Amino acid sequence: MKYIKFLLVGVFFGIILSKAEVISWYRIYEMFKFQSFHMYGVIGSAVLIGIVLMKLYKNETLKSYKGEVINIAPKKEGFSRNLIGGIIFGLGWALGGACPGPMYVLVGHGVAAILVVLFGAHIGAFLYHAVKHKLPH
Amino acid sequence: MDFLLEPWPWYVAGPLIAFCMYLLNFFGKKFGVSSNLETICAMGGAGKLVDFFKFDWRAHKWHIAFIVGMIIGGFISNQWLQSNDTLKLNPQTIQSLDEIGIENAGATFLPPEIYSINAMLTLKGFLILISAGILVGFGSRYAGGCTSGHGIVGLSKLSKESFIAVSGFFIGGLIMTWLILPHLF
Repeated sequence: MKYIKFLLVGVFFGIILSKAEVISWYRIYEMFKFQSFHMYGVIGSAVLIGIVLMKLYKNETLKSYKGEVINIAPKKEGFSRNLIGGIIFGLGWALGGACPGPMYVLVGHGVAAILVVLFGAHIGAFLYHAVKHKLPH
Repeated sequence: MDFLLEPWPWYVAGPLIAFCMYLLNFFGKKFGVSSNLETICAMGGAGKLVDFFKFDWRAHKWHIAFIVGMIIGGFISNQWLQSNDTLKLNPQTIQSLDEIGIENAGATFLPPEIYSINAMLTLKGFLILISAGILVGFGSRYAGGCTSGHGIVGLSKLSKESFIAVSGFFIGGLIMTWLILPHLF
């Protein structure tokens, strides 16, 4: 039962990504063609509210359910890792039209072919950790 | 009820995504989807081959609940919340896709040229799907986050790392969309 809340947030998130058509390959294509504001609006408005949330965490107006201060760990530093990793991710995002969240959501839509993409994503994550000591970070 | 069936505009979806982030933070977790990939690898026994995956995946059981939730969310949307309309794409987008060999853009969520079973069962189609996945998985773990972790959380924190990563997402995405996709179909 401890996990049911995370399941429910997942359900909610899956419905939002579906209803906003973020799971559509076409929406990602349109974004990278700069032919629609939709995706920029979705991500941009989420970030704007996110900025406010981060401020409210910092000044301790919003706390966790246990009453603890919410502290979001920073991302790992490094120019190469973020830039090169980002470019590789972007190539895949535009090719398959799906980032990790939408991949899972599309499984629920009954799209069999997304299982190949999802399998590939796990291979990719595995490969990164297998070869990471040889990569610039 | 009509509202539930219509596609949701960005100004509804974006704030709701931020609310999901808040809920996870409120429950003491970080919002980020691509780290789930590592949890599943560890669960599947990847630790036997690569030491990184020897971490105790049971500590990340909530990832599994979140994944199952996303799948159920997709199922609910598909079964009960689907509008019958086609996607309202920019006519220019439809035309430019037609020119590169993707027809009837927007008739369904996904182009059959990539996501139909027939496409999946061709060598080229399979390679496109698996490559897209490998690139997303490899790149997101290399950068330490995807659209959620870097795009939303990182940018909200105004983190320098995430600005670099998201610039990378765009460099990669633009190269694929403008230079590579036109030659694939």
